[in-house]
Amino acid sequence: MIPAAFDYIVPDSLEAAAASLAEAGDNGKVMAGGHSLLPMMKLRLAQPGVVIDLKRLDSLRRIQVDGGTLRIGALVTHHQVETSSEVKDNCALLARVAGSIGDPQVRNRGTIGGSVVHGDPAADWPAALLAMGAELTLTSSGGARSMAAGDFFLGPLTTAIEASEILTGLSVAVPAAGTRAAYRKVKQKASGFAIVGIAVCLQADGDTCTDVGIGVTGLAGTPFRATAVEDQLRGKALTADNITAAAAGVADGVDALDDIHASGEFRAHLARLNTARAIQDALGG
Amino acid sequence: MSNTTTIQVRVNGVSRTEEVQPRLLLVHYLRDVLGLTGTHIGCETSLCGACTVMVDGAAVKSCTLLAVQTDGCEVETIESLATDDGLHPIQEAFWDCHGLQCGFCTPGMIMATRQLLQENPSPSEEEIRHGLEGNICRCTGYKHIVDAVKQAAEQMKAGT
Repeated sequence: MIPAAFDYIVPDSLEAAAASLAEAGDNGKVMAGGHSLLPMMKLRLAQPGVVIDLKRLDSLRRIQVDGGTLRIGALVTHHQVETSSEVKDNCALLARVAGSIGDPQVRNRGTIGGSVVHGDPAADWPAALLAMGAELTLTSSGGARSMAAGDFFLGPLTTAIEASEILTGLSVAVPAAGTRAAYRKVKQKASGFAIVGIAVCLQADGDTCTDVGIGVTGLAGTPFRATAVEDQLRGKALTADNITAAAAGVADGVDALDDIHASGEFRAHLARLNTARAIQDALGG
Repeated sequence: MSNTTTIQVRVNGVSRTEEVQPRLLLVHYLRDVLGLTGTHIGCETSLCGACTVMVDGAAVKSCTLLAVQTDGCEVETIESLATDDGLHPIQEAFWDCHGLQCGFCTPGMIMATRQLLQENPSPSEEEIRHGLEGNICRCTGYKHIVDAVKQAAEQMKAGT
């Protein structure tokens, strides 16, 4: 499997990268680690005439905490997120999700920005980013804009990014002390992609749920936030019965993916089961 | 399109300057241009790990990397391990413990093991299995591979 020929550009600055992308238009593709783009190019599902490699943009490789916000650059690898003390100390959920992606070699090379912008419906990051209400930064030669993760994912391999834009990073609010979080995934054995993945981030006062975010990946063509489940849990006692009852609605009205790895019916079952389990995991038992 | 890009890369300690097409995959560069056929092409979809090499000290799947992405990098392949004095302890351990049958996955297994033992010189069985998750073997059932990694870990610790 060999990609179609293309021109290869390695810009020295974000401005130059944005200018190259603007010039290439629909014919251009931005590459970070290449672990989503190259497989597409090898299958000739993507045949960009111009590939713009961001590898020299070290400013996009940073993880920073400032003023209660954790910022992760688009070129940060899954391995860096998994092992970063800033992430582990401030938002352990993201480190756990990173460590569940693919395998060590993939985590060494694949980046958070590349994965998010690829929009695979079975990728791990969207679950966590939706549960946490992450904000994405999209930059073009015309400037930068911010977009909520909830508005970004539109369908299988389809996101709200414009052809002229580069995802440069993302941010999440550092969760308040006492926030509990968990990620549960049933994975496809060979690739590690989620057949169903559920990220939960919740706050409780005693045993009463005061706030909760639940992100679901793998179940549908678009990762989504399980707002109906969240609404049913807020203000309720986090008893096993209440959790199971709320989780039972996670697949309601969802057009579940159906493929050789799992039928739609089975995926919906796994989603209900693992939503309840992820909430229990977050509660620590 | 016949455009080419010049890359400078150190492969197994030897500096090289090459004119390559941007679409040339690292694994094809290693095998077809440099003749380093120890790195195997398995699934070509970054699942099986047969093509694992080290780039700047990190294990990667060379079927999912362009040669041009390694411009300025240090690449190490399975051929870098044995010396005139003999096999590397990981290679010895795979031999001793029958960590292979057909041997197709072995170069990738060994390079992934190398990365694992760099980060964690005393891995538990669970950590070994987790660390080799990106490598598939269709012969051994993994038991002997895990044994080989344990033996290699012991020998490498004893040797340092």
